[in-house]
Amino acid sequence: MLLNASGCLDALTAPEVARTLDAFVTKTVTPEPREGNPPVRIAETDSGMLNAIGLANPGRERFLAETLPELAAALELPVWVSVGGFSAQDYAGTCERLDPARVAAVELNLSCPNVDEAPESAGEIVAACRAATTLPLWAKLSPAAWDIGEVARAVEASGADGLSLVNTMRGLALGRDLRPILARGVGGYSGPALRPIALAAVWACRRATELPIVGMGGVRTGLDALELIAVGATHVALGTVLFGDPDAPSRVRSELARAASDYGLDNADDAFSAAHEGVFIAGNQGKR
Amino acid sequence: MRRRERVSVVGVEEVGAYVLIRLDRGGLEPGAPGQFFMVEAPGRVLPRPFSLCLAPRGELAFLVDPVGPGTSAIAGLERGDRVAVFGPLGNGFRLDVARPLLVGGGIGIAPFPYLAEALEHPPAILGFRSALHAEAAALLPHAEVVIDPVLVTEVLPEGRDVLACGPEPMLEAVRALAPAAQLAWEAPMACGYGACYGCVVPVDGRLVRLCVEGPVLGGAGPPAGGLVPARAEGGVA
Repeated sequence: MLLNASGCLDALTAPEVARTLDAFVTKTVTPEPREGNPPVRIAETDSGMLNAIGLANPGRERFLAETLPELAAALELPVWVSVGGFSAQDYAGTCERLDPARVAAVELNLSCPNVDEAPESAGEIVAACRAATTLPLWAKLSPAAWDIGEVARAVEASGADGLSLVNTMRGLALGRDLRPILARGVGGYSGPALRPIALAAVWACRRATELPIVGMGGVRTGLDALELIAVGATHVALGTVLFGDPDAPSRVRSELARAASDYGLDNADDAFSAAHEGVFIAGNQGKR
Repeated sequence: MRRRERVSVVGVEEVGAYVLIRLDRGGLEPGAPGQFFMVEAPGRVLPRPFSLCLAPRGELAFLVDPVGPGTSAIAGLERGDRVAVFGPLGNGFRLDVARPLLVGGGIGIAPFPYLAEALEHPPAILGFRSALHAEAAALLPHAEVVIDPVLVTEVLPEGRDVLACGPEPMLEAVRALAPAAQLAWEAPMACGYGACYGCVVPVDGRLVRLCVEGPVLGGAGPPAGGLVPARAEGGVA
């Protein structure tokens, strides 16, 4: 299943791109409207990009009254709502307002590097949301945690149904004037440089839990997607690649099928967890 | 209709300090003057935005100022190279103007050759920072040219429908003299189609995506000092 990473696609300005996905993940919704950070908000680096958008969104009320119905009218596609906040109650308050008839799943953005974090732990936020909704809850985690497997076990124990791995990492880029390029100073680092970090996070969480995992981070090709599946992702999301290539979903999908076939697999799902010891597929036999 | 296509470079020409990249048009539409395209920057993570400069038969041509790693990679393209191009994007200039006058500064003259064709070659005033840069005025024959320290606003006549593109201070100065001017702004952009929220500018007290609501904005554009320009030393250049 192919999705977009939250905040990397606006299905209302580009419905033709969203329709090439299996589900659309919204930009993060917070209880109150947020203008986001002042510009400059983005900077390219040699092997990735920084963003400091700052959770710009119309707020919960307008999202429910306007954005969600507009998405339903434009897409005929499952919609995952990315939920953010600054306290467990912020998250839970949005979750309880989401209509399961309109929303397929909730992704809890527990790890935005561009705003201050909620004081509660990831587990406490998930527990509050679990009490507020029957919708599937996907916990989006930061790869910066020292033991991400432990965070995965904690959110699982609190009632998470899946993991979204990974969010961006905090980074900084300087201009020629040796001052930060981004107005906020630091931003979230994404793109090709994030891919080995995402692979390590999915690998660790697959060993820690049996929760389904949306793998994301620097995917540009079908082979990149296959590698995420091989370390344990059940779904793959595209992020930064969508900025430069709105045709990436269809391209990655066909490349993924070809890559699976090159490994002698009937389909890409058969590569699931192939990177882990004791799991053998045609492509990795003999190496162990 | 916007689309993304990999097309061939059919020509590369130095124009003063700038480089004119001519591409096979393929199935891409040229769009309206002032609209822009995202052009793949070889070896870089993100493409770069360029307004269409010229639309010769079967071609699209972009004027490039090599000020950063991405624009330099694009300026370094050679005939026969292939690059992905996505567009046309954004909103161009309104052409329903009675007495058009084009006012451009530096690389901001990029959309004018194509715009001038659509407006049947209206008068134009172009400002440049050096004689070398001013050689690009050849793209717009009959334009009045000024070079630093003379500014375009010093020779701006009254009673004209101004269509302007250039650095932020120039646009601010033009708007002070011609409040109804149509101004084409610039901001660092990752996607060009509303996905990244990187190119926001303040308009009427709220931040709007320049790629969706611009790049050409009317007199209600960003307030004085409210727009952080794309910086040659940072951002996405």
